[in-house]
Amino acid sequence: MIRWLLLISGGVLLGGIVHLATIIILPRTATQDAYSRLKALAPINSVVALPEPTPEKAIMPLMDPAFASAICRYDLSQGPMKLTVPVSLAYTSVSFYTDRDIAYYAINDRSAGRRAIELDLMTTAQHEAMPEEEDVTAADRLIVESPTTTGLIAIRALAPDPGLMPMAKRAIEGARCQHTDLAKRAD
Amino acid sequence: MRLPPISKAAPSSGTDWPKGAASVVSDGYTLPSGTNVRLLFGTLFSLLIAAAVGLGATYFALSRGAAFGALRIGAWTAWPKTGTQEADPYARAEIARSGRLPVALGDGLMFVATTDDKGKPLDGRCDVTVTGVTPAARFWTLTLYNRRGELVPNSVSRYDFTSQEIVRRGDGSFQVVVGPRANPGNWLPTGGIERYMLALRFYDTAVGVATKEGREIPMPSVKTRSCP
Repeated sequence: MIRWLLLISGGVLLGGIVHLATIIILPRTATQDAYSRLKALAPINSVVALPEPTPEKAIMPLMDPAFASAICRYDLSQGPMKLTVPVSLAYTSVSFYTDRDIAYYAINDRSAGRRAIELDLMTTAQHEAMPEEEDVTAADRLIVESPTTTGLIAIRALAPDPGLMPMAKRAIEGARCQHTDLAKRAD
Repeated sequence: MRLPPISKAAPSSGTDWPKGAASVVSDGYTLPSGTNVRLLFGTLFSLLIAAAVGLGATYFALSRGAAFGALRIGAWTAWPKTGTQEADPYARAEIARSGRLPVALGDGLMFVATTDDKGKPLDGRCDVTVTGVTPAARFWTLTLYNRRGELVPNSVSRYDFTSQEIVRRGDGSFQVVVGPRANPGNWLPTGGIERYMLALRFYDTAVGVATKEGREIPMPSVKTRSCP
């Protein structure tokens, strides 16, 4: 009797370890997470508009159908990125995710306070390596530090009613995400 | 798997059996063979329990939403920390498995309801009313999904309401009727599916990690009005 109790409690204890291990390992092994789904669709360092979710087809679950959205899949290994998003009529937001789909920063049109959301995205190391004086002249520049080298930027504009969807889509189309060096050369 | 030597008379040095392993197994030699079988079955039994308990708990945790820091108001539940870097391992596992991108906390907050205020699962064949006022936010959207997070097909292609589309009463409150048949006013069609969920997202809002459960934030009530 005691033997069976020992075996059962041992099994349950081991089960707890199995449970915790699977929970922790799952994000590392997931092949159908948002980043993997968007990898096939979005080339690196460019803004790609996402098709509207419909009952038949949606890239990700739980997408808000009231929004026009676009994705920039970034890779900072070649240097910092510059992101420019024109602001639409109603509500525009830019959310930053790591390559494990964890949101680490978000900004909306009102907190950006201009006609366009403009910011620089870099890793912590790249931020530290920035020349001091450049940091000063860049005081009015918004700098976002990415905890990972690769990740996702989700750009979304609200269409308060369906008739405004084309306008929201147009605003998203004007969004740019490119390497800072390339952006400078273009100026 | 290689079997251990049959008797003590056969020295382990005579085989290519590793010395370390041989010393572990040698303890069992003095025991009668019946105990060995019992030990084997006992271990298998424990491992079976471990697999069932461990994987079962993981499955339930991921399908029921076991992330910490849930904010529950009436029928509505939100996980503010899921939209931040402080997301706990349960939230991370759920995000990875579902394939969704969580709403970042600086962007907004998503509340989900799978039952009405009395705990009855939301049934697409019934008329359910969502009535009341919402916490302060620049915009909000109310969207209907099936339990897998997909939009539900319906005759009028309406999947959601935004705060601007909604028709309000004189006092600023609103009522949305969620049901299979057309209703006057704000009608959110269910397409007649059995189980669904409602997502109420607030954009640019102060509701977040610091919000305590209680009366300080008003959320609309969810009531099942009539079932066929």
